[in-house]
Amino acid sequence: MTTPPAIHQLDPKNWVKAYADYLYMYAITRINDEEQAQDLVQETFLAGLQAMGRFAGKSSERTWLTAILKNKIIDVYRKRSSGLRTQELTHAEGEMVDFFDAADGHWKEQHAPQPFGVEDYDPLEGKEFNSILKMCMEKLPALWLSVFTMKHLDDEPTDTVCAELKISAANYWVIIHRAKLNLRACLQKNWI
Amino acid sequence: MNPLKAIIYNCSRATYLTDKRLEGKITFRESIALRIHLYGCAACRLYVKQSAKISEMIGDLLKSQPPQGVRLADDFKVGLQERIDRQINKN
Repeated sequence: MTTPPAIHQLDPKNWVKAYADYLYMYAITRINDEEQAQDLVQETFLAGLQAMGRFAGKSSERTWLTAILKNKIIDVYRKRSSGLRTQELTHAEGEMVDFFDAADGHWKEQHAPQPFGVEDYDPLEGKEFNSILKMCMEKLPALWLSVFTMKHLDDEPTDTVCAELKISAANYWVIIHRAKLNLRACLQKNWI
Repeated sequence: MNPLKAIIYNCSRATYLTDKRLEGKITFRESIALRIHLYGCAACRLYVKQSAKISEMIGDLLKSQPPQGVRLADDFKVGLQERIDRQINKN
């Protein structure tokens, strides 16, 4: 005889104590806004209560709540990027023209990469550069930052990022490329 | 211009392919075109190096966050649990 798989139970009377800080941490690393992160934790629990009937007991309580939160974070990403999108891409187009000669696609002389130290970046000694990188990342439009966060923090495959943020694969590569060009330029300018 | 010539003379395209290649999503054709461009372009060869390092740095930075000990305020938590309890009793 085989033992049946464990069935997880939901115990909302214990949710805040057990998961609030964990979920808050999860949210804040992904959206970087304390007030909004706090709201999302609250919404997650309330949505969880509504959806209790659909809990099949196959995942742990924490995994289940985290999945709800994750969907809410993606909604935030979408909201942050919608409306801005056209404007951002047009704006970025302008920046592209700045980096490269419009006629032949070559680097403009003043924008061509120069060695500035990032080439020797060593993660063990890299802490001091984090503040520069952070500053440069904060200058990126919200959509770009969302893509980087999903990609690097959650190791989401490209297809998933595209599907969740509702962008085409072609657009995804354009976003990544422009973000990289801008980041690189910002780092070269500010590196100590 | 044929596609090969287009890439040889185009750093904009070459850096685009560089970033695509970093995620392993480049086609065979694109890969050849990129190599040919890089062979003749020192600025883009440097970009290849820097772009890879920047990706590495972003990964390290995002994964090192947040500062430990980020917690919700206690009174917020008390209020939240009360709200949940009220909701449970309603159902």
